[in-house]
Amino acid sequence: MIYFFLGVIILAIIFAALRGILGPTAYDRVIALDNLTIIITAGLVVLAYFYQRYIYVDVSLIYAILSYIGVLTLARYFEGGL
Amino acid sequence: MNWVEILTVALCLLLIVAAIFAVYQKDLILAVIGTSAISVALSALYFILQAPDVALTEAAIGVALTTIIFVITIKKTKRYEE
Amino acid sequence: MVLEIIGYIFVTVGVLFLFLGALGIFRMPDVFSRLQAGTKATTLGGLGTIIGIGFLQPEWFWKLLIIAVFIAISNPISSHALARGSYKKGLRPYMKEGGIDAYAAVQEAEEEKE
Repeated sequence: MIYFFLGVIILAIIFAALRGILGPTAYDRVIALDNLTIIITAGLVVLAYFYQRYIYVDVSLIYAILSYIGVLTLARYFEGGL
Repeated sequence: MNWVEILTVALCLLLIVAAIFAVYQKDLILAVIGTSAISVALSALYFILQAPDVALTEAAIGVALTTIIFVITIKKTKRYEE
Repeated sequence: MVLEIIGYIFVTVGVLFLFLGALGIFRMPDVFSRLQAGTKATTLGGLGTIIGIGFLQPEWFWKLLIIAVFIAISNPISSHALARGSYKKGLRPYMKEGGIDAYAAVQEAEEEKE
């Protein structure tokens, strides 16, 4: 059952990365980067359950706290502020 | 091959494509987005290779700090490379 | 045993929503549709996956709950900032004949007031 979860997460990573490569404007690539970060956050929790280690969850916690700062900075730059 | 090895191969392909994208790009904001994607894939690879402390440091630096410093630098200079 | 069944259901729904969000990013026609498909579906998918792992492994539940709360707060912030930035930069939503852009009237009124 855990292999089914990993396979679907691999497919999601592939589609998000394709939009990041093909996207016509810069906004599409930022959206793809945001989506990729959330998918990796959930995937690292599934991998921590796969390895059965409690300490591995901390990496996902750091992603959940800090991941919005980069996208917020890029969005403020596009708006013209900063 | 099991599913973890396939995930490793997919992340390595994403790393290589994002690195080539970041090097050959004339628009520097898109190069910053490519650098951030490199950081995400590299952190997940460190996690799979069972080094969670290195992955934690890479996540904290690569997602937030590098993006903010590069975007402020581009804001103070110019966006397109000749 | 009941907790395991509930956890597997939660993780399956969450992973499928993550996949549907990525597929929506790949298929949708313009920036705002991609933003909506990519952010809402992905927030629900991440919450479902993390809470489901918390049901499968009950000692980890509180730290996973903190992760879920941070995702539920921080993901709409970045989505809203990105939509506002791209609208202010001049992009308009893709619409067919007879579509209404309600935010344009609000913005014109604000500009006339200044």
